[in-house]
Amino acid sequence: MRAAGLIFSNIHDASIPELTARRTMASIPFGGRYRLIDFALSNMVNSGITKVGVITHYNYQSLLDHIGNGKDWDLARRNGGIKILPPFITAYDNAVAGKVYSTRLEALMGVMNFINRCNEEVLVLSDCDVICNVDLSLVIEQHEKNHADITLISATVDTAEQELDAKAQVPVFDETGRLIDIGVYSGQAGEVEICSDILVVRRTYLQRVVTEAMSHGLTSFYRDVIYRNLGRDRFFVARYDGFFARVNSIESYFRCSMRLLDRKSRVNLFYRRNQPIYTKVRNSAPTRYLPDASVKNSLIADGCVIEGKVENSILFRGVHVGKGTVVKNSILMQDTFTGENVRLGCVITDKDVVIKNDRELCGHETLPFYIGKGMTV
Amino acid sequence: MFKKKECVAMLLAGGQGSRLSVLTTKTAKPAVTFGGKYRIIDFPLSNCANSGIDTVGVLTQYQPLVLNEYIGTGLPWDLDRNYGGVKILPPYQGKKGADWYKGTANAIYQNLQFIERYDPDYVLILSGDHIYRMNYAEMLNFHKASGAACTIAVIEVPLKEASRFGILTTDEAGQIIRFTEKPKHPDSTKASMGIYIFNRKELAKYLIADAEDPKSANDFGKNIIPAMLAAGEKMMAYTFEGYWKDVGTIDSLWEANMDLLGEHPPLQLGDKSWRILSRHENAPPQIIGPEGVVENSSVTEGCAIYGTVKNSVLGENVQVLEGATVIDSVLMGDCVIGEGAVVEYSILDRDVEIGAGARIGKARDIAKGIAVIGEGTVIDAGAVVADGAILPQ
Repeated sequence: MRAAGLIFSNIHDASIPELTARRTMASIPFGGRYRLIDFALSNMVNSGITKVGVITHYNYQSLLDHIGNGKDWDLARRNGGIKILPPFITAYDNAVAGKVYSTRLEALMGVMNFINRCNEEVLVLSDCDVICNVDLSLVIEQHEKNHADITLISATVDTAEQELDAKAQVPVFDETGRLIDIGVYSGQAGEVEICSDILVVRRTYLQRVVTEAMSHGLTSFYRDVIYRNLGRDRFFVARYDGFFARVNSIESYFRCSMRLLDRKSRVNLFYRRNQPIYTKVRNSAPTRYLPDASVKNSLIADGCVIEGKVENSILFRGVHVGKGTVVKNSILMQDTFTGENVRLGCVITDKDVVIKNDRELCGHETLPFYIGKGMTV
Repeated sequence: MFKKKECVAMLLAGGQGSRLSVLTTKTAKPAVTFGGKYRIIDFPLSNCANSGIDTVGVLTQYQPLVLNEYIGTGLPWDLDRNYGGVKILPPYQGKKGADWYKGTANAIYQNLQFIERYDPDYVLILSGDHIYRMNYAEMLNFHKASGAACTIAVIEVPLKEASRFGILTTDEAGQIIRFTEKPKHPDSTKASMGIYIFNRKELAKYLIADAEDPKSANDFGKNIIPAMLAAGEKMMAYTFEGYWKDVGTIDSLWEANMDLLGEHPPLQLGDKSWRILSRHENAPPQIIGPEGVVENSSVTEGCAIYGTVKNSVLGENVQVLEGATVIDSVLMGDCVIGEGAVVEYSILDRDVEIGAGARIGKARDIAKGIAVIGEGTVIDAGAVVADGAILPQ
């Protein structure tokens, strides 16, 4: 495989401030035992990519903890493997020197060293706000066949499941898949095809346009590279039709998570043949269900102890559900502890939250009640 | 260059474990699945890692494939080290000929070279048959303080069961005066746990002497320990208190699994102060379906429960489909229980597929015994497997 990967770990942090207060977008916990970056990394690894750069910005300690040496994704390599690329503020020209990057294009300028050292012909660029399981090797094949400069991956979403805002980009392309225009989502309901922010790019093309943009003082990848060169350079669209979710608010985080309780969605995301989703291994014991436990329609990670009742919920590793406690429609992150006779509905607890006996907390699907990391209620 | 190690552990993992019947057809006993996501060997390996013993030789012989793959570089136990770490030691061809490991003592004898590379003062001998959590460092401290040539870990057993074990008789100071293998009329309740610490020099001396004796069975319990006692070496008994279970039989394996259940299980694997480490498969979290029922059970990653599970231990990626029922059973992993099937008082090895509507075993009855289904067996839809049956025959 002649491709390397680049992951932007922070780029959409601002859209979900609750969960990114102490971590990057990439390290937001998701689906019981994953972090959002696991999907981008697994997609790359399953496509045979063995060199991945992770562009970080700030708050990336939790991300470093999660990735470790990359072994869990089989990316602890002598050649290639995973490389964390922290901000490198003195390396590029005066226009941006002295401050950390703020756009995708500036971030790319900051990692030109990494890109220049790649000898892979193709780079896959991915953000961390999307949850999908896509076979990139097919996209790369198509990209090479088209002699494309950039291939954008598009996904079809149902507005009933996935909220879209005005930032969602809608690709317009001809029957050969050649990109004609990128529109903006205009509010229609039903199925909409949107850009996924996963791009396959020819390395030499990327080097050229980023260098040009640097010398012209340009800042936006979409505006200054893609729009400006539409119709002139070879941009194509590859369609992905599996499970796709984008997290762009705490509410959409809640809804994306709950989609995993649907059997079809879950199978589509986690059980694609030869495309497992990898994550960091934590040595948790199996989950224990006590004699009075009652669990329905829930996704539960290892290391939990369940004495009470759980319905339509997602429990991360090491969660304790006390006696007489009822957890409904909630997401309890790692090591959340609930005492006895607690009632939770539409609640999201971050890591290490303690909920004492007899507490009742309730949010709503449209406004889940979020409890920050390490809080005691 | 090898750095000196104070203590090297040698883990005897070559036994067939024939009393585990079809469960050890394709795997050595130490690699048999336990508690959903562990294998028996995780216990001694984790004990080593937690006790600060970072050099472990694993002696393999019988069906080593699964075991070799499982141990790999030793990373899950933090035993992937530049110096030491875990090393697999199969029988090998030497200059004077090639031999299988003839007995436990012979296996160590053939690997004296391995031990000597680390120049240890002490050698810890372990076996891969037991479920327990033990701090070997404390036993080593006891051994050093006592000045003995050999220390044997013992556990108190009920007098009526004592004749199943190797029994040690000691004086008040804990010094061993007699060792009897499976005595008819035991005079002590101190059972050997098969865990020994030897001074390396003495161990080498007795192993070499033993190897030269053609009549010897080359076994620690039968030959080495009696020889050392006869020669008047100082040998101590180290009493261990805590959970310890020999899982060498179908019944005891089932019981030990059941010890993980209940409100206050005798064996708590979630105890973070002494983690049992294992090589994890990468599987999504478990799902309990809208109609699923799970009571008093241990369930692990990758499981999908759409039916009913009670008083059972489920390994990775077990699917219990709609209307299926699993009661009082151990399902080791990757099993599929078809719609409407019933599994009761049974042990299912990995990759067992139970067809829709099939019935395996009957309600728990100790006299009738546990139904055991071997690895990769497929049971047809609607079939009936009697209680206590063992498949494939």
